[in-house]
Amino acid sequence: MTSTLRPPPPAPPRSPAESASPAPRSPRRRRSWRQALRRDWQLYSLAILPLLFFLVFRYLPMIGNVIAFRRFKPGGNIFGEYWVGLRYFRMFFTDPTFWEVFTNTLVLGTLTLLFCFPLPIVLALLLNEVRARRFKRFVQSVSYLPHFLSIVIVAAMVMQLTSIEGAANQVVRLFGGDAVAFLQQPGWFRTIYVSSEVWQTVGWGTILYLAALTTIDQDLYEAARIDGAGRLRQTWHVTLPGIRPTMVTLLILNIGSFMAVGFEKILLIYNPLTYPTADVISTYLFRMGFQSSNFSYAAAVGLFEAVIGLVLVLTANLISRRTVGTSLW
Amino acid sequence: MILGTKSEAPKTRGPVDSRGYRIFRVVNTVVLIGVVVVTLFPFLNIVARSLSEEAYIISGKVTIFPRGFDLTAYKLLMSDALFWTNYRNTVVYTVVATLISIVLTTCYAYVLSKPRLKGRGVLVGVALFTMFFSGGLIPNYVLVTSLGMKNTIWAVVIPNAISVFNLLVMKAFFESLPSELEEAAAVDGLNTYGILLRIVLPLSKAIIATMVLFYAVSFWNSWFTAFLYMDQQDLLPVTVYLRNLIAGATSAESAAANADKVQAAATLQAVTIVLTTLPILAVYPFVQRYFVSGVLLGAVKG
Repeated sequence: MTSTLRPPPPAPPRSPAESASPAPRSPRRRRSWRQALRRDWQLYSLAILPLLFFLVFRYLPMIGNVIAFRRFKPGGNIFGEYWVGLRYFRMFFTDPTFWEVFTNTLVLGTLTLLFCFPLPIVLALLLNEVRARRFKRFVQSVSYLPHFLSIVIVAAMVMQLTSIEGAANQVVRLFGGDAVAFLQQPGWFRTIYVSSEVWQTVGWGTILYLAALTTIDQDLYEAARIDGAGRLRQTWHVTLPGIRPTMVTLLILNIGSFMAVGFEKILLIYNPLTYPTADVISTYLFRMGFQSSNFSYAAAVGLFEAVIGLVLVLTANLISRRTVGTSLW
Repeated sequence: MILGTKSEAPKTRGPVDSRGYRIFRVVNTVVLIGVVVVTLFPFLNIVARSLSEEAYIISGKVTIFPRGFDLTAYKLLMSDALFWTNYRNTVVYTVVATLISIVLTTCYAYVLSKPRLKGRGVLVGVALFTMFFSGGLIPNYVLVTSLGMKNTIWAVVIPNAISVFNLLVMKAFFESLPSELEEAAAVDGLNTYGILLRIVLPLSKAIIATMVLFYAVSFWNSWFTAFLYMDQQDLLPVTVYLRNLIAGATSAESAAANADKVQAAATLQAVTIVLTTLPILAVYPFVQRYFVSGVLLGAVKG
């Protein structure tokens, strides 16, 4: 991911036709659009359908966000009926539920970041020290597995494990406690959510780090060893700097999805009893939109969320470019 | 350093392992075994529950071995027509969606991989920007609804047709192909379409297979779009069937109605989980390494 996310190297638009096909005329450096079209119309034609897809299903909804500023009636004009300005924004800014939901989003987002970002690095480093190749492969294969499950299946498993007669309560009883209805208690939600998230993502998260580890120059270890560095110091001074670009890239991406904390999973496992800790902006938005049919209000909340997300990525990217020199673009 | 070949490389990190490091390796092995156990436990637990008698489950006695071996719930689910309809829907949606996705992604990735193309930066930007900003749930819903896609397969298949991540992986792959081949083909008189179909695609089997896997898994697993846009039960994919079962929403119809007699709710859930996971588990060992190399294809390059 590290390199692919970077848009193409400089000057894509005006590349002189270098080695390209037998462009008949025009020794000039810049080609006009007319010439480009005449020469590459077949290539451009391949881009039409995908472009249409992006414009209709990605950019049109962005424009569709104007309903956050307009009164929308289901079944009416998709861009709303008339302007109401910032009315819906004011509505949710003054809504105590919104602030509760906002706090929950921050808490769950932070916890997720705190656990789901560093743990794959740790696991990758541990795996890296394994010499028995088959054992290593086996651990990897097993730990990737949860990544391929549907979120519904994960949610169903969580419910079964934490149910009154589930495995979690068997442990509780083993230690002489009384069975706990884990999913009914707000106090347990964060633990359950974060651990299921860790369970599902950690193994797969190691994959890019393991890839990055293979690219570290072996001579560096040799040099470190000659300088008297033990295993631990080699890891600290050679391995970690070696995977730093990957770490930074993934950190920025994680920060970008900070606000959108596991919407689908929460939607599946929360219930009114756990709303106090489980309800996040996106689930709140979902209920407002689809259960209360308040589309404009929900769109305003969604726009707010998306803008914060965008600002977070841009900021993280900027900071990282200034400080460590790694950035997504 | 990832133990490339058994004999060489890794052992050079220290002449002789220090005592501390030997202890570390033992601890490390134990930790990793712990990871394996924790990862596998939920699977074993679910399988055990699916094969157990409800009474044992209710009294909290099933851990990883089935108690009071009982296949009633399996039979029950097998005889539920809705379950099979939904299962078939999942297959159909996955196949159609994957097909569309592959075609669109390949076309766009190929275009983006041509450095000489004027306006390429813009085309890349159009895709990249959507990774960081999206229209959001509500505008998407309004759009899909007003396009009349509700309760049709298109609602599931089209709005998620291109994944930008997959697009970038594929673009990176195309860029790594030797451009001389295509130039030679052009000299021989093939046009762009011909080059793509007869030269590039045959060389790209690995990446296409990877993309098929990526897309197929994500469509197979998806539930939310169907949940959102389909309100007829017989159009739902099996993931939503499972969701309804755990949310207790199916109780009126089908499975749970029969289950009433047997009181097999918990077992039934376990069985549904097992049957929905099974296809993934069955192919996983075979396709797993392609996934891995697929991710690496996009990641380590350059």
